[in-house]
Amino acid sequence: MAKPKHLGSRLAKLAIGVLALVPAARIGVLALQGDLGANPIADAMNRLGFWTLTLLLVTLSPTPIQIVTGWKWPLRLRRMLGLETFLYVCLHFAVYLGVDQFFDFAAIGKDIVKRKFITVGFAAFLLLIPLAITSTDGMVRRLGFVRWKRLHRLIYLAAALGVVHFVWRVKSDLRQPLIFGAALAILLGIRTLHTLRTLHATRGPTSPRHS
Amino acid sequence: MSPLWRPDIPSVPSSEITPEGIYLRRRDFLAGGAAAATGLTFALAGCKPKPIVPTEPALAGVAPGPFGTAEPRTSYKDITTYNNFYELGTDKSDPSANAHRLKTRPWTVAFEGEIAKPQVIDIDALLGRFPLEERVYRLRCVEAWSMVIPWVGFPLGPLIKQLQPTSRAKYVAFTTKLAPDEMPGQRTGALEWPYVEGLRMDEALHPLTILAVGMYGRVMPNQDGAPIRLVVPWKYGFKSIKSIVRVRFVETEPPTSWNRQAPNEYGFYSNVNPEVDHPRWSQANERRIGELRRRQTLAFNGYGKEVAGLYAGMDLRKSF
Repeated sequence: MAKPKHLGSRLAKLAIGVLALVPAARIGVLALQGDLGANPIADAMNRLGFWTLTLLLVTLSPTPIQIVTGWKWPLRLRRMLGLETFLYVCLHFAVYLGVDQFFDFAAIGKDIVKRKFITVGFAAFLLLIPLAITSTDGMVRRLGFVRWKRLHRLIYLAAALGVVHFVWRVKSDLRQPLIFGAALAILLGIRTLHTLRTLHATRGPTSPRHS
Repeated sequence: MSPLWRPDIPSVPSSEITPEGIYLRRRDFLAGGAAAATGLTFALAGCKPKPIVPTEPALAGVAPGPFGTAEPRTSYKDITTYNNFYELGTDKSDPSANAHRLKTRPWTVAFEGEIAKPQVIDIDALLGRFPLEERVYRLRCVEAWSMVIPWVGFPLGPLIKQLQPTSRAKYVAFTTKLAPDEMPGQRTGALEWPYVEGLRMDEALHPLTILAVGMYGRVMPNQDGAPIRLVVPWKYGFKSIKSIVRVRFVETEPPTSWNRQAPNEYGFYSNVNPEVDHPRWSQANERRIGELRRRQTLAFNGYGKEVAGLYAGMDLRKSF
C-alpha cells in the first residue's frame, strides 16, 4: 500500500487518525468524571459500539469514494482506520467482558449462545481479529496480495453482522441501526455496481461469448 | 562499570541548565499545565451538566407505608435522568429533557367499564381522596437494571372497591395520555400509541399495588409518570404504566403495549422471574443503579412472600 509521500498528506493522515481517537478519549474522560449517567457501564458500551460501527463504515468508504470522485488519497487511510476500528471493538468487548460481566465466563458463554444479538456481535468481533493481525506489510507479503485481499473481504461480513447486532439490540426504535444499515448498503451498492460494470466492460464486444 | 540498577548520571552542559528565573517560576508552569489539562478535560467532556436539584413541590402529610425495603435508595438524580418513557423519547436521557412539554394540569382520570359507579375524577380530587403513603420499593427493569425508589401514593385496592366492580370485572386496563403535541415520542412509531397496560383483578387489588403521585416526598416529576402512575413492584417496570388517563374494568385479558410489540419477548404477566430468560437479557441477574457488580435477581423481585400465591397452579414459564 502506498505511503503518503508529502508532508501535507502525512499531516492530514495524522489529523484524521487523531480525530478518530477523540470519541474514545471523551468516553474515558466522561467515565472518570462520573458523567456517563446513571448506568455508566451500559452507556460506555453503547457509545463504544456506536463508534465501532461508525469507524467500520468510514474504513469501508475510501473505495466507493474513489469510484464516485476519482480521489485516491483516502485509500491510504484504510489500514489506520481499520486498526482504529479494531481498537474500538476491543474496548467495547473489554467493557462487556471485564466491567459489565466481571469475567463471569459462564454467563458470557450463555450470552453468546442464547442471545442472538450477542452471537452476531461476537462473530463480527472474531472476524476482525485476523484482519488486524494481517494488517502489516510483512503479512501482506507473506500471504501474497491476492490471498490477503480475499481474506480482508471478511470486513464486509463483519460490517453486516455489526449492523445486525445493533438492529437486534434495540427494543423498538430502529432509526439509528437502520441509518447504519442504509449507509452500509450504499457503500456496498457502489462497489457492486462498479464491479458489475467493469465485468461488463471487459467482457463487452471483444468477448467471444458476445461476438 | 556502573551496576545495572544504577543509571549513569550524565554531565550536564551549562547551556542546558535552566535559567534561575524560569526555574523559580516552575510552579506557575505546572499550574498552567494543570489548568490547560483541566480545560482540555472539560472541552472533551462537553459542558458540565447542571446538578439536579428537586424543583417539584413537597407533598404534605405523607405517612410511612408498609412493605418498605431498608436498602439504600437510588439517588433522586438517577431516578429522574435515567428513564424509559418512550412517549418522551427512546434514549434514557430523553424523558428528562422533554419532561417540560407534558402538561399535567388540568388532568382527569376516567374510570369506566364493568363498575357500578363509572366516573371521571379530577386529579386534585383524586389526590385528596386517600391518605398518601411512602412505599420504598425495588424497581426491576426488563433491561436487567434496578433501582430502589421511595414512591408516594395510595393503594389501588380501596379505590377499586369504591368504584364497585361488577362480577364481570376480571381485568383492569390502563391507558396513558395521548398527546403527540406534548410528547414527541408519540409522533414516532417506537410503539403503538397510546401506551396500554393491564392487570388481573386480584393483582390490581393486591395491597402492594399502588397508584403513585410522587417520589422522595415530592410531587411526581413528569419524566417519572406525572401526575399519576401505577407501581406494581413484583413485575418488570414496563407494567407500571405512567401518566394514566383511563382505567377500564373488563372481562377479558386486555392488550398491553410491549406484548403487542413483541409477544415472544414480553408476556401479559411479566412477573420478575430469574428463571425465564428474555431473548436480549439474561434475567438471572441485574445491575442496581449506582453499583458496579451485578446482583442476583430475586423471584417476583423479592416480593414472592406477598404475591407468589396469586399464581398458584400456573406455569410461569408459559404465562411469562
